[in-house]
Amino acid sequence: MDQMFVNIKAALVGLSDKVFPDWVGVLVSIAVSIVAIALLGPLIMMYLTLIERKVVARMQNRIGPNRVGKYGLLQPLADGVKMLIKEDIVPRNADKVLHLLAPILIVAPALLVFAVLPFGRNMTAVDLNVGILFFAAISSIGTIGIFMAAWGSNNKFSVLGGMRSVAQMISYEIPMVMSVVPVLLAVGSLSTNAIVEAQADWHWFVFTPWGFLGCVIFFLCGVAECNRSPFDLAEAESEIIAGFHTEYSGMKFALFYMAEFMSAFTISGMTTTLFLGGWQGPLLPSWLWFFLKTYGLIFIMLWFRATLPRLRVDQLMALAWKFLLPLSLVNIVATCIWHFLSDEAFFTPAAFLVPLALLVFSYWGLMKLNQPYMPEKRVYPLVD
Amino acid sequence: MPQLEFLIKCGVYGLMGLGIIAAVGAVLLPNLFHAGLALAFVLVTIAGIFMSVGAEFLGMVQILLYVGGVMTLIIYTIMLTGRLGAKDVRAQNRQGIFAAIAAGFFVCWIGPLILKTGAWPQRESDSAPPLLSVEDLGMSLMTEYVFPFEVLGVLLFAVLIGAIVIARQDRPS
Repeated sequence: MDQMFVNIKAALVGLSDKVFPDWVGVLVSIAVSIVAIALLGPLIMMYLTLIERKVVARMQNRIGPNRVGKYGLLQPLADGVKMLIKEDIVPRNADKVLHLLAPILIVAPALLVFAVLPFGRNMTAVDLNVGILFFAAISSIGTIGIFMAAWGSNNKFSVLGGMRSVAQMISYEIPMVMSVVPVLLAVGSLSTNAIVEAQADWHWFVFTPWGFLGCVIFFLCGVAECNRSPFDLAEAESEIIAGFHTEYSGMKFALFYMAEFMSAFTISGMTTTLFLGGWQGPLLPSWLWFFLKTYGLIFIMLWFRATLPRLRVDQLMALAWKFLLPLSLVNIVATCIWHFLSDEAFFTPAAFLVPLALLVFSYWGLMKLNQPYMPEKRVYPLVD
Repeated sequence: MPQLEFLIKCGVYGLMGLGIIAAVGAVLLPNLFHAGLALAFVLVTIAGIFMSVGAEFLGMVQILLYVGGVMTLIIYTIMLTGRLGAKDVRAQNRQGIFAAIAAGFFVCWIGPLILKTGAWPQRESDSAPPLLSVEDLGMSLMTEYVFPFEVLGVLLFAVLIGAIVIARQDRPS
């Protein structure tokens, strides 16, 4: 069960080796991985839309889509058909080429990142030895796609949304990368596979003080990176009518959503890989563990969306620069202390408590320093 | 497997060709925004070439810093100064001759070096030292090259503080 997909791939490659010369086998092996990922991405996106609508509906005391198929299970297909047969409208003054290229350029990086996600034991499509760096680099390309969409639409609201989005993505990328550094320090490798292997036997990094903090920072920044609420200023419907994808319709519009949902999945998958032990887990097959943890995190994202109001721009920037960034820097120091005190063991009281004390102290200090100015409560002597 | 090597070669040459086309576009496109995007594309193709010769770390850092950081800032600037993106802004200057002379000097300087390296792609012989890993890079930065590293760190820190001082709003006293 555990190696089911690996065996299927090996069987396919073996089949081609019997008929064709050996170099075709290599191509088949590459093609199988690519096809698997290219199918998985859109499939995940389709059903994430359904999950999102269902979960948010339940949280708002509604039922959600339930007409197409049993429990609305065919709703994504119906949506897809609707999107494909919709009229494709391009504004007259739009930059036609950029308007066309932007959705493609946004989806491609979101799909590329799937290549380094370890879906299960031996189930990383490309085991790059710079996997984490690949993730950070490729997800930073997405900003250029947003720029193209915003500028190409030739619409003031789109440009506003694009600028907001890019300012946000640049700001949150820094604490996000910084919160990964502790994991790299502890593992000593940038490969996603090596990071998961290092968390065997319940040595999940989330159980250490620095790992827990890093996990929270990484996840929050990830939510901000893919423009999901409460950080969805870039697509605020009530202020700038959905920002950079205002002028898109039909499948092009759906591609923006596809990119957003796929990056929501990859962010959750990366958090799982880096801090929650990846595919490590007892009894169940490894890939099932990966998907369970990832969908758990996605559920938290939906929970955010259903409960938290949108942040203001200044709050958003202050959170990234004045709170998350210093905290992630302190986290790196805490990891170094942990590393030298723990002496290769995963858990020792000293190595647990000293970084914990440091982190709690700096959390408290940063909270104090970041306290917003509160005017004194007015007293109306004549009223009483 | 020669067939695969042929395919890889085709891919790399294709990447190089795209890079050159995009580079020409970055210089000649009349619209600054398009030129900026073309430059970003050049940087991505260069990263691809780095990846194809085994310098994965370099390729990824190239994308992370130049495409994700520098290019984003350049395009952001073009967008912020609304007029720059307009169609009637002159995107070229009249320094073509000087640029050609500088490029000629560069080719004269780098050409012999390229010719010296021999046929491409270079075969990895058994006696050759293994490719540098990220770990080696980190070790050498922290031991042999620690002084330039620290100097750069101080420089960047100063730049950061300077940026904050410039960007800071004057408090009403």
